[in-house]
Amino acid sequence: MSRDITALLRLADDELILGWRNSEWTGIAPFLEEDVAFSSIAQTEIGHARAWYELAAKELGTDADSLAFDREPDEYLCAPLVEMRMADDWARTIARHWLYETADRIRIQVLLNSQDREVAGLAEKIDREEAYHRMHAEMWAERLRDEPAFREAVDELWPYALGLLPEGQRPLLCQAVEMRAGEAIERGEHTEGLRPLWEEMTMVRRSVPGASW
Amino acid sequence: MVTAERVWEALAEIPDPEIPVVSLVDLGVVRDVEVDGERVYVGFTPTFLGCPALEVMRDQMAERIRELGAEPDVEVLSEGWSSDWITEEGRRKLRDSGFAPPSGHSPATLLQIQTNTHACPYCGSTDTRLDNLFGPTPCRSIRYCNACRQPFEQFKTL
Repeated sequence: MSRDITALLRLADDELILGWRNSEWTGIAPFLEEDVAFSSIAQTEIGHARAWYELAAKELGTDADSLAFDREPDEYLCAPLVEMRMADDWARTIARHWLYETADRIRIQVLLNSQDREVAGLAEKIDREEAYHRMHAEMWAERLRDEPAFREAVDELWPYALGLLPEGQRPLLCQAVEMRAGEAIERGEHTEGLRPLWEEMTMVRRSVPGASW
Repeated sequence: MVTAERVWEALAEIPDPEIPVVSLVDLGVVRDVEVDGERVYVGFTPTFLGCPALEVMRDQMAERIRELGAEPDVEVLSEGWSSDWITEEGRRKLRDSGFAPPSGHSPATLLQIQTNTHACPYCGSTDTRLDNLFGPTPCRSIRYCNACRQPFEQFKTL
């Protein structure tokens, strides 16, 4: 069976880049609990990225690390939502976290029914792990619900959140977060946040090409 | 001649890299052992996909199998690990070292995690509360016992 490599790489790139962004709270989150939480969430997201990369890598005859670190920034397929640096703004971070986790659940639910058994199996495992991310996101969204900074951030990020999903899945997201459909900011163009992130993320690997760490 | 039984025994001696009080077999991450002459196949599934101990576990299993004089073939399965697979022995060892074993069924909501009965591994009281969904490794949460005033680590139910 031939796999939809583009779809797998979108998922993997989203998880890797958001995992990286989440990890930027390590050491500086507003509470110690959140320092631990965001670090742990980052670790799991990057673990999910690795698992999706491995599936894609089998088809492409390469390995997960090459897909994660050896491409040029323009070759990444992640959505603009995950690229933005937010480690100085808790309300925006929580708004993105909540929108992302809600949207992510929708696409994982679709993959659970995939005819490709490996994809469906992985989606099932990831879905159970993600349950903890969703609980965390919902707890915070509930807590910040009436904060103007949070509401503004949700409105600002809403077009980006829509762009995370294929068009057919967007109505489910509108329903889940009780927002109206609108213009989406689609994948394709990267934001200016991606290049500096990429430079930092791939720095060690680029320093000694081909080394085994 | 290597037997499957001998392989299981050998794998049961490998401590979990992050919670060494339990073995890989106690944790239920070893799913399948098949012996075909000199070749030993092991199917295993890590607790969490982001588990940094994955490679360590894989290498240690391969090493033990080589020590038995066989050629290892260790495969990471796509099937998801469940905390239900931690053995009774594993649960006892966890409790004895201050880790609360996972509760019976996967929580769907935060409310369930907050209200499900979670016993303190130190005093046994169920008057405990959730402190943090996340802990030092992806597989653990932090709870606090109101009775003996002791924070403790709770294995996540997965």
